[in-house]
Amino acid sequence: MRLPDKSCKIASAIAKIKPGDRVMIGGFGVPGTPMTLIQALVDHGADNLTIIKNDANEPGMGIDHLLQSGQVSRLITTHLGLNTHAISLMNTGQIEVEFNAQGILAERIRAGGAGIGAVLSDIGIGTELAVGKQVVEIAGKPHLVETALRADVALIHADRADIFGNLAYVATAQNFNPLMAMAADCVIAETETLLPLGGLAANAVHTAGVFVDHVAELAELSKEYAVVQR
Amino acid sequence: MSSAKERMIARAAREITPGMVVNLGIGLPTQVVNHLPRDFPVCLHTENGMTGIGPTLTPDQADRNLIDAGGSYVSTVPGSAFFDSATSFAMVRSGRLDLTMLGAFEVSASGDLANWKIPGKFSPGVGGGVELAQKARRVVVLTTHTDRAGNPKLKETCSLPLTARACVARIFTDMAVIDVTPRGFVLVETLGGISAAEVAEATGAPLLLPDTDLPEFEARHGR
Repeated sequence: MRLPDKSCKIASAIAKIKPGDRVMIGGFGVPGTPMTLIQALVDHGADNLTIIKNDANEPGMGIDHLLQSGQVSRLITTHLGLNTHAISLMNTGQIEVEFNAQGILAERIRAGGAGIGAVLSDIGIGTELAVGKQVVEIAGKPHLVETALRADVALIHADRADIFGNLAYVATAQNFNPLMAMAADCVIAETETLLPLGGLAANAVHTAGVFVDHVAELAELSKEYAVVQR
Repeated sequence: MSSAKERMIARAAREITPGMVVNLGIGLPTQVVNHLPRDFPVCLHTENGMTGIGPTLTPDQADRNLIDAGGSYVSTVPGSAFFDSATSFAMVRSGRLDLTMLGAFEVSASGDLANWKIPGKFSPGVGGGVELAQKARRVVVLTTHTDRAGNPKLKETCSLPLTARACVARIFTDMAVIDVTPRGFVLVETLGGISAAEVAEATGAPLLLPDTDLPEFEARHGR
């Protein structure tokens, strides 16, 4: 038996994204943000997107390109502190922003990827994060119902992958990538190194290739992947 | 930075005891690490998926894939670990953090913390702050005693949107160390040269004084 080859061209994978889609994008700051897939989505042009991402990168980087091109109508996120442009779009009503507590965003995505309808947590009770959420009592204590999140497409950045789509991450580039790689109907991964079957040891796999639909090797890393000079 | 702020940060560093797992929030708390002895046994956690944070690196030394939650380039130490964001917050919510140090816009006399939103002015999102404030075993705040206009940041009740209720145990400011108790704010120490009356004047809620003499704090490098 031989595992299927899911290696692809980035443009043909990104072409599957439709206007109005929900798109999860990995990354926390620069590490783990799939800069090349994002640029391909800008080139592709699908608009009215809902983007689910921890943060909005910085002006002129990462998903800020999608904000600049007007392709985003809604952003589900945790923190925009490093992107004044995103905050300005939010404050002027040009994008709708839903803030989540960071670990709750992670759990909602994990639940979506695990086939679970929601998770229960007491995080945010007594604050405006609880407004509008269903409350249930567990063991005598109130918990908020945090509904699972899934997406039409997830864009993932891996350090190494094999052609079946088994993925491995490095350092703090892991963050939301392994969670989002389980939570979308179509999962597209870019990888710094693409290996033949067997090239990534079974014990080194972080995301099992079963979750991944398309994997593409990056020819080169653009400047956006580099250390930010502040 | 004013020397009063530096002395506040140095004093806060003494809150960290050997063996702790600690998360230092963005801003002033991050600088507390500079006041720990090099071989001090502590495990620093950052929300974006790492335990065992080593010294901060300059851009020319940095690994592009290795940052803390504030975006600073950091290093590993022997024994560091990386993990995903769900695992990182599993540590937070299940009580693995012995201590977190956070910044504040306002702290109430009952320990409510507001540090993420000033409606109409500042609303970058809550990030990991709610979970740190609500679930770390001990939450301490580092803040200037008053805002830039001189208004108290320690108040009877918070007027800004809350991060978490009744979570703050102790406050380190550029004037004093203050505990949050069931009776309200209690003055624990003052910065050298500042009187209890001055601290009370700058505090927006009743400030209880201890029965004993009030210690003063100064920077103590190298423990």
